[in-house]
Amino acid sequence: MSEITDTLETTAENPVAGIDQTSGNFKYDMTYDFDAGTGLSDRTVDYISAVKKEAPWIREFRQNALKTFQSKPLPTHWATKDLENINFDKIRYYLSQGLKPKRTWDEVPEDIKRTFERLGIPEQERKFLAGVEAQFDSEAAYSNIKEAVAKQGVIFMNSTEGLREHPEIFRKFFGKVIPTGDNKFSALNSAVFSGGSFIYVPPGVKVSHPLQAYFRINAENFGQFERTLIICDEGSELTYMEGCTAPKFSTATLHSAVVELVALKGAKIQYITVQNWSSNVFNLVTKRGLAHEESEIKWIDCNIGSRLTMKYPGVVLKGRKARGEVISIALANDGQHQDTGAKMVHAADETTSTVVSKSISVGQGRATYRGVVHIPRGLKGCKNNTECDALLINTNSRTDTYPSITVRGDRHAVQHEASVSKVSADQIFYMQQRGLTEGQAMSLSVNGFVNDLARQFPMEYSVELKRLIDLEMEGSVG
Amino acid sequence: MSSLEIKNLHVSTGDKEIVKGVTLTINTGEIHAIMGPNGTGKSTMAKAIAGHPDYTITQGDVLIDGKSILEKESDERAREGIFLAFQYPSEIPGVSIANFLRAALQARMAEGEEIDASGYYKRLYQKMDLLKIDRKFTSRSVNEGFSGGEKKRSEILQMAMLEPKFALMDETDSGLDIDALRIVSDGVNSLRGPNLGILLITHYQRLLSYIVPDHVHVMIDGRIVKSGDKSLALELESRGYDWVKQELATA
Repeated sequence: MSEITDTLETTAENPVAGIDQTSGNFKYDMTYDFDAGTGLSDRTVDYISAVKKEAPWIREFRQNALKTFQSKPLPTHWATKDLENINFDKIRYYLSQGLKPKRTWDEVPEDIKRTFERLGIPEQERKFLAGVEAQFDSEAAYSNIKEAVAKQGVIFMNSTEGLREHPEIFRKFFGKVIPTGDNKFSALNSAVFSGGSFIYVPPGVKVSHPLQAYFRINAENFGQFERTLIICDEGSELTYMEGCTAPKFSTATLHSAVVELVALKGAKIQYITVQNWSSNVFNLVTKRGLAHEESEIKWIDCNIGSRLTMKYPGVVLKGRKARGEVISIALANDGQHQDTGAKMVHAADETTSTVVSKSISVGQGRATYRGVVHIPRGLKGCKNNTECDALLINTNSRTDTYPSITVRGDRHAVQHEASVSKVSADQIFYMQQRGLTEGQAMSLSVNGFVNDLARQFPMEYSVELKRLIDLEMEGSVG
Repeated sequence: MSSLEIKNLHVSTGDKEIVKGVTLTINTGEIHAIMGPNGTGKSTMAKAIAGHPDYTITQGDVLIDGKSILEKESDERAREGIFLAFQYPSEIPGVSIANFLRAALQARMAEGEEIDASGYYKRLYQKMDLLKIDRKFTSRSVNEGFSGGEKKRSEILQMAMLEPKFALMDETDSGLDIDALRIVSDGVNSLRGPNLGILLITHYQRLLSYIVPDHVHVMIDGRIVKSGDKSLALELESRGYDWVKQELATA
């Protein structure tokens, strides 16, 4: 173990060039239950697999993924050079739940405490989110939910358990929607994944309450390389919510999750994400759903914070009359780049897809919409409607839109609308004249801009989103 | 009683001086009308008093109850009791009138205090009934897709809810047909009272037969050149601004 536990300070050390992490210094005890050390090799992968007591096929899956990861180039030629700043050798790829931070509540910076207070985060959760406690004790809430849905035959557990207890379901769908080699980061995730959810909903079961990962995150290493697999069997319905609006003060600077959804005939899946990463994080996530006949997959994706987010939730419309929808809100503040969008791949007749994207660029923040709509030859009656709206707050803010639409054949309806607007000085003056401060006026403008989308969020999420925008905008003026 | 004192006010935009020394005191309970041809500085003065960033006050002072407000930001001036009814109010997409007014009222409360939602809606609906505004109106986005008349009514509703000490009404009659003009005027008249001082900016006498002012001032080329009572407005209507200009030239 000495080899693994020697360079402890490296957790706090900066694994990415150009980011000072010392202000939020996290220090950990000398002993981890499990730690794979820094850097990535076949030994790291074996170590993770051994710790998790995985079946040989999974180990093999991981090893193959590692090879794919190592052979694939970074996708910088089309997105951003910033990816090149990730130092893969300095990252810890597995750190299990044994970690115990030394930091006390008194050491948590005032502005972070204030943020928690303003967001109305309960006391216990604040400590967890600030890294004071490694575990957020929600075990009780989680097992209640788990039990309640189990009565309907729904399986809801973390993916490590899922692999162990339900290999017959897991293996059938795992890596099928997003193959290992889809992109460099899906390969990385496939090699070192840990945590994430596994959900199976039996035929005809409609899960009445949204299932939330929030109740489950304590068990894992906060989703650095999450792997989520959700299968809704014929005619079933599920809403899943991931993340929370509280800022995550992460020690890890690379987050690379893979989320696969499978909606069998007539099933409906709604997957809601609200993420607010600290500004040192690379958030590179692959999310895709496979929609069978007459099924529906809807991604609601809200990205705030991070240094760079690259995320394009997609739906492969495989069965006749399948429907796919992506609703996305991205807010890029100073120094941040939100590169988000959607992928809609039509692969059957009469399939429908909808993309609505709204982005806000603040200060020197940059928001990019990147969308793919693909309708190949030989299909009929496919429809796509894409709408992307960008709001610029300052004159030096930036937004880009890169839609890629391929339609073969002439029996389809495809529509793309885009708009860019700017908060005008007159609008701000008008609001200030009614007594709002400049910051409040900005917040209100931004909230108004996303209002029609935010209304589709569950109530508590839309309220939190509003508060979060208020907080983000407060710092943007003056 | 409160007073809004405008003392020897000079206002420029860019290098150009628009308002060239206006002195005027408005007390709560009074309605002052400022009349004058287009481009004489009436609107500029109102915007400058409200703190519009495009206008610079180069000389003079504006005081509420003896205290200068010129060092204050526009939102602070608003909270001190200055309300500008805009000639061209901005649209705020996605923000309903109800939410906008709620935010504006919330901004006037001390930190930690929350507006009482049911009390707020009760008051909002009372004011809307008073101004004969349909309830559905409040769920529409502020000024978005509003007709000229709706925009002006929205301004009056905001004024009714925010209860300013002094309302500067910039060309409130512009773009209104005769019915809309009557509705808006009725609204203003219903708000008229001992706790509100109004500065009405207009270039037509028409409005002043609905909202009868206590004082009428004529502004030409950045200065108030003539003041009188409501009869001055009628005189202007029959003799035109040239009459005042000629009088000035001979003086």
